[in-house]
Amino acid sequence: MDRRNFLKASAAGGGLLAAGAGTPAHARGNREVPPEALGLLYDSTLCVGCKACVAACKQANGMPPEFSTEEHLWDTPLDISGRTLNVIKVYRSGSARNKDREQDGYAFIKKSCMHCVDPSCISACPVSAMQKDPRTGVVSYDKDACIGCRYCVAACPFGVPRFTFESATPQISKCQLCRHRWKDGGYAACAEVCPTGATLYGRLTDLKQEAARRLAAKPGAPMVYPRGRLGGPDQSYPGVSAAYVQHLYGEKEFGGTQMVMLAGVPFEKLGYPGLPPVSDASSSETLQHTLYGGLVMPVAFLGLLSWVARRNVKSADDEEDPHHG
Amino acid sequence: MAEHAAAPLGGRLLTPVTVLLGALAAVAGIILLFRFFHGLGAVTNLSDGYPWGIWIAYDVVVGSALACGGYAIALLVYIFNRGEYHPLVRPALLASLFGYTLAGASVIFDLGRWWNVWHIFWPGYAQPNSVMFEVAVCITAYIFVMWIEFSPVFLEKLGMKDARRKLSKVLFFFIALGVVLPSMHQSSLGSLLVIFGRQIHPLWQAGWLLPLLYLMTAVLLGFAVVIFEAAAASTGFRRSTETAILARLSGLMFWLLAAYLVVRVADLVLRGALGSAFAFSLEAVMFWLEMIAFALPLLLLGSRAARARPSRLFVSAVLLMAGGFLLRINGFLVGYQTGDGWHYFPALPELLVTIGLIAFEVLAYIVFVRRLPVLPRAAAAAR
Ligand code: SF4
Ligand code: SF4
Ligand code: SF4
Repeated sequence: MDRRNFLKASAAGGGLLAAGAGTPAHARGNREVPPEALGLLYDSTLCVGCKACVAACKQANGMPPEFSTEEHLWDTPLDISGRTLNVIKVYRSGSARNKDREQDGYAFIKKSCMHCVDPSCISACPVSAMQKDPRTGVVSYDKDACIGCRYCVAACPFGVPRFTFESATPQISKCQLCRHRWKDGGYAACAEVCPTGATLYGRLTDLKQEAARRLAAKPGAPMVYPRGRLGGPDQSYPGVSAAYVQHLYGEKEFGGTQMVMLAGVPFEKLGYPGLPPVSDASSSETLQHTLYGGLVMPVAFLGLLSWVARRNVKSADDEEDPHHG
Repeated sequence: MAEHAAAPLGGRLLTPVTVLLGALAAVAGIILLFRFFHGLGAVTNLSDGYPWGIWIAYDVVVGSALACGGYAIALLVYIFNRGEYHPLVRPALLASLFGYTLAGASVIFDLGRWWNVWHIFWPGYAQPNSVMFEVAVCITAYIFVMWIEFSPVFLEKLGMKDARRKLSKVLFFFIALGVVLPSMHQSSLGSLLVIFGRQIHPLWQAGWLLPLLYLMTAVLLGFAVVIFEAAAASTGFRRSTETAILARLSGLMFWLLAAYLVVRVADLVLRGALGSAFAFSLEAVMFWLEMIAFALPLLLLGSRAARARPSRLFVSAVLLMAGGFLLRINGFLVGYQTGDGWHYFPALPELLVTIGLIAFEVLAYIVFVRRLPVLPRAAAAAR
């Protein structure tokens, strides 16, 4: 009986494990782009590094300045942080003489939330403090729900959510695409103030079309560049097409993002890594759903073990009965 | 069964050791008080590049795995019906009880917005797709289950025979839960890393095998800790070691360890990650330390004769604990890289909190075994 039970329990337990570790029964795949997805198109070749967007972002979100110079004269954040949602960084190589050139060149790059189509931050958050709007796809944060576990900070492949570690009542800081400005007819402050249209706001489908138009143009060919918001009042101006790397960053990376980017320098150099087309959220959730989907496996496992334990507790644990043990 | 009945050890509670442990715990308490008024940044070296430090990686991830003795022994005794290990149940369960309760408490210390912690369990907030949700719910449930599993000890002490008998009628269910829940969250502690994707070094990003690796090592650590504690208790409280039982236990440990190493190495080879183990890097060094800690016990415990030697058992147990520790610290901290320019090493107050929590745990264990029927009576008499 001893041995039989042992074998039975081993076999059943092994079977369950094998079922769990085998083919994913609930493969969930990447999420789809929401129907009216909003986003940003950032074009590094148009950016002049004026940082108007950094200042406007601070103002629009009521965030305090950060100092990185000795005299605390003006806001000089080096990176996004608990008090800065958006920065413009610069890439430099060699003599840094030519704009948007990989060798001996320089280029600007924006850093803020990518508004992923299938965000890690949402999948990670245990309390739904991170949410993706089903219509616009904007990834928002609710501090009143947040427990401050920072799983989102660790999980985001772009290192976007930041935490105010210095506070006794800390919170996550991340760009929410200025959704609080919509009710007054506003939109992303960074796009609104951008003098060259390097940061452009609009519907993702329109932004992608615009990007395709730029990628298709010959370098040096005359071009018309819209500014502010696609589909808003016309603020376009004439310019000259740049030499792009033929890559719309965020189209496929990581299941896609709603901030997409163009540049004249490969994106790895600009701090945007090559990412696989499968989102980590889908890998993680496929695993979880395979093991715990509908609680089928845990309940089956519990039932089996209860049955086994019930027989064994009697023989092993009955203090009143001196014949066992 | 009579020789297996448990009894309090008795003896003095106030000794130099307990005073020292109490002092360490008090220091941790003061630092934590400071943390709640001045924020995590005031006492830790956490940053946006290393949002999790040792309070998660050690206190929760390693701490709960080291507290798997109760789980591993319950698995043996009640599921595989190996009654001969029964004397180990109570001491193992007690250590697990404290280990887990404190791991749970550490989570609160680490949560930035701790006053919202109930959201995890609240419909409308709870987010079951999150691995963290699963870990949190399972660990919390397991802590309750362990207190129920352990409650016969209190009932015996209080002489509540009737309640004790009633409880034993349903105890089998809690025992089963006490095996299911750790199986779930110990594996999920590994799954936590899946969503980090490429931010985890390939030597530790085992993807969907992570839960299996973490589960296997949790059971291994459970056995190792039971052996370690038995040895520590026999020196500390001058009791005879249950060498025969432990030798048999280490036989099981040996085979499980062999299976683990096969899975671990096969995964590295198949993913093509083994090459990075030969790079000149901190990660590679830490990897080899981890692998050596796991591989040596395989050599030390190779024969039946070797397993009968308490010193070998003890050394193997310590090595396995080190291996399990390294696997987790490597996965969560050493192998975590979210971009250039971020560094982490725990701050002194951060370390003192972890040390203080361990001290508190040991202190509570001593108090319990001296006052409650935990350790087997026969051995207690030999004191
Ligand atoms: S970039 Fe990071 S924070 Fe933003 S949506 Fe994606 S995962 Fe979330
Ligand atoms: S820190 Fe807040 S938002 Fe981020 S995962 Fe934790 S609870 Fe969610
Ligand atoms: S959309 Fe708003 S919050 Fe986001 S980067 Fe632009 S200005 Fe800042």
